[in-house]
Amino acid sequence: MALITRKKKSSKKQRAPFSQRTWSLGFLGLAVAIYIFYTYIVPHTSDGFQSQIQTWFPPSSLNEALVWVIAALGLNIVVGYAGLLDLGFVAFWAIGGYTAGWFMSGFFNQWHIHFGSEVAKVIPGVHLSFWAVLLIGAVICAFFGILIGAPTLRLKSDYLAIVTLGFGEIIPQIFVNGEDIHGFNLSNGTKGISPVDSIGIFGKRLGPFDLNYKYMIFVAMAAVMVFISLRLRSGRLGRAWLAIREDELAASMMGIPLMRTKLAAYAVGAISGGLAGVAYATHVNGIFAERFQFSISIILLAMVVLGGMGNVWGVIVGALLIAWVNSTGLPAAGDKFNSVFNTHINFPSYTFLIFGGLLILMMLFRREGILPESRLKLIMHETDDESGNEQPHDEISEEEDL
Amino acid sequence: MAGVTYKTRQLRRRYVERSFATIAVAGGSFWLLINLIKSPSQFTEVTFTGLSNGILYALIALGYTLVYGIIELINFAHGDLFMLGGLFSAHFITLWFNQNHPTGAGYGVLLLCLVAVMAFCGIINVGIERFAYRRLRRAPKLAPLITAVGMSFIIQFVGLRWNGSGQKTWPSLLPAGNLKFLGVRLPYTTLISFIVTIPVLLALTYIVTQTKQGKAMRATAQDQDASRLMGINVNRTISFTFGLGGALAGAAGLLFEQTRGLTTYNLGYQLGLIAFTAAVMGGIGNLQGAVLGAVIIGLIQGWNDGLPIGLGQQWSNTVVFSILILLMVFKPTGLLGKPMTEKV
Repeated sequence: MALITRKKKSSKKQRAPFSQRTWSLGFLGLAVAIYIFYTYIVPHTSDGFQSQIQTWFPPSSLNEALVWVIAALGLNIVVGYAGLLDLGFVAFWAIGGYTAGWFMSGFFNQWHIHFGSEVAKVIPGVHLSFWAVLLIGAVICAFFGILIGAPTLRLKSDYLAIVTLGFGEIIPQIFVNGEDIHGFNLSNGTKGISPVDSIGIFGKRLGPFDLNYKYMIFVAMAAVMVFISLRLRSGRLGRAWLAIREDELAASMMGIPLMRTKLAAYAVGAISGGLAGVAYATHVNGIFAERFQFSISIILLAMVVLGGMGNVWGVIVGALLIAWVNSTGLPAAGDKFNSVFNTHINFPSYTFLIFGGLLILMMLFRREGILPESRLKLIMHETDDESGNEQPHDEISEEEDL
Repeated sequence: MAGVTYKTRQLRRRYVERSFATIAVAGGSFWLLINLIKSPSQFTEVTFTGLSNGILYALIALGYTLVYGIIELINFAHGDLFMLGGLFSAHFITLWFNQNHPTGAGYGVLLLCLVAVMAFCGIINVGIERFAYRRLRRAPKLAPLITAVGMSFIIQFVGLRWNGSGQKTWPSLLPAGNLKFLGVRLPYTTLISFIVTIPVLLALTYIVTQTKQGKAMRATAQDQDASRLMGINVNRTISFTFGLGGALAGAAGLLFEQTRGLTTYNLGYQLGLIAFTAAVMGGIGNLQGAVLGAVIIGLIQGWNDGLPIGLGQQWSNTVVFSILILLMVFKPTGLLGKPMTEKV
């Protein structure tokens, strides 16, 4: 059946495909252009224009959006590639964040460990270099990814979702209550760990206003994740993931080791979540347990689904868009609307409505996302039946087409 | 030969699982026993609180399990519907009918409110299904799931507008105070939640097992195409199921609002999560399982939060979800779920 639909569609619409290289170069060019724009052009423009940029596209919200991009790329591997619905991705974000909190701050002031960090040697605490912490965060998260993935291997989709959701609730709660675990202060509870060391690069520490350096680092991290995603996808592992996504039983019959392949998806996804967590900790200069809520998992899922599950570029676009709307777009647009029409509407309070409405409308009218992956688009519309299922179903008519 | 090794491996696995489960149950019982010896009256009180919470969860969990059983959708909006039910009841009783004491008229309003809130939530749930889920019934599973999340956001928005962002307290029409029985204090509110819930559960069992509509529901849950061929109106049956689930959520909302006397706009998320966990624990799609799972979770929560030797309330969710995860690892179909063979 799938085969027939595919043939029909492809003969109907022959679209010149953008190659991965075009997309990569396009995004690289865009990233460079944004960098040049913020570093060299904006300081020389008029004050009015600069304030416009500050309201609509402040560099800090750009950096935050990049953190979301990194995490969403990881979730895309789990959900988009391997088809394992993960509703607890916030757990990895939290673990990554706390890795930064533990290894890059004066929080454990009973110890005195310095490695490659530009922090003065006399300051107590564990101060490792940002790059080392990225590596540690990735390793820890990969470990937890496998730990979380392992019990879910025997489960089918919905049970899988609830187990990951459970982990997504447990891990933040451990951090919230982790102030006193048998007298050991693991996470400083709701007070959080702050400040976290700033990023050190080439023997220089970035100050709070070196946003363009941070931008470069975050773009590089996102680019690494894109590279990993694309390379894995076209490799043996990635094809195995897609096979599992489309039909687990058939995939296992074809000799794909389900267990190892699924665990690999969890591990790679978790690494990405951990990197995002470390980046986020340096972005907000601290780590606070109460931020890690279910809504983060859901927003990430929405980014992946709205952007186009399985397509790296779609996920990037979705993540940038939603992160921007959440952090600056909506308040800025609201202020503008209020000042033009002289009203007093509190737009950010409509976030729930706008977000929910967007999700529903996208699912009803364009469920494959903004930039869909071609294979997934076919699957999403394979059994399209807009009117519910009042008529006897289309299997029969399609067989007649044969 | 390969068959033999597979078989021994299965046997070994079963052995490990059995012994692990035995150890876990024995450990849990030991912990309860110590607590019982330490303070029997507190143990009994906490058990009753847990039971009454559990029965509240059961009302919500049934909505999840009904909907899942019939169209295999995790209806994320269901918990928020419960929240909306609570808000509706609070406004109905306190603001529209101006009742804030336990009087005869108050009980009349309470009964009226029960009917009204069940109708209100039932209609909303049917509307949600008609507007959003029905068009996605044949779509891949992720699409209706995301739609349900979107619906949940929209209902939370309504709650936020209606209730405000903070927590609101409301007067209760139920008599305050305790029933003293052999040195154990039982709040009247606990007893009343039993009195309300048990008939509702019995009515539900009657509808599902004895009526024609219930038969149609079970048939649709088994095979939609086959039941359509048998002359069952599948769309109407699914609508009816959503209505039933919504009505239960409404009843739960009223009960929660009256026993705890508070409403918040994000209540639905927390309780919905617990209730859904309960449904999964019992074996999702199985009505008795949902009630059993809900009571177990209510008890575990009650014991964990209230017993003298326990982790305390701040670890409540961790305990509940850890148990859920362990159960999923060793018995993926839930307590009463039947193992399903995969269709090829």
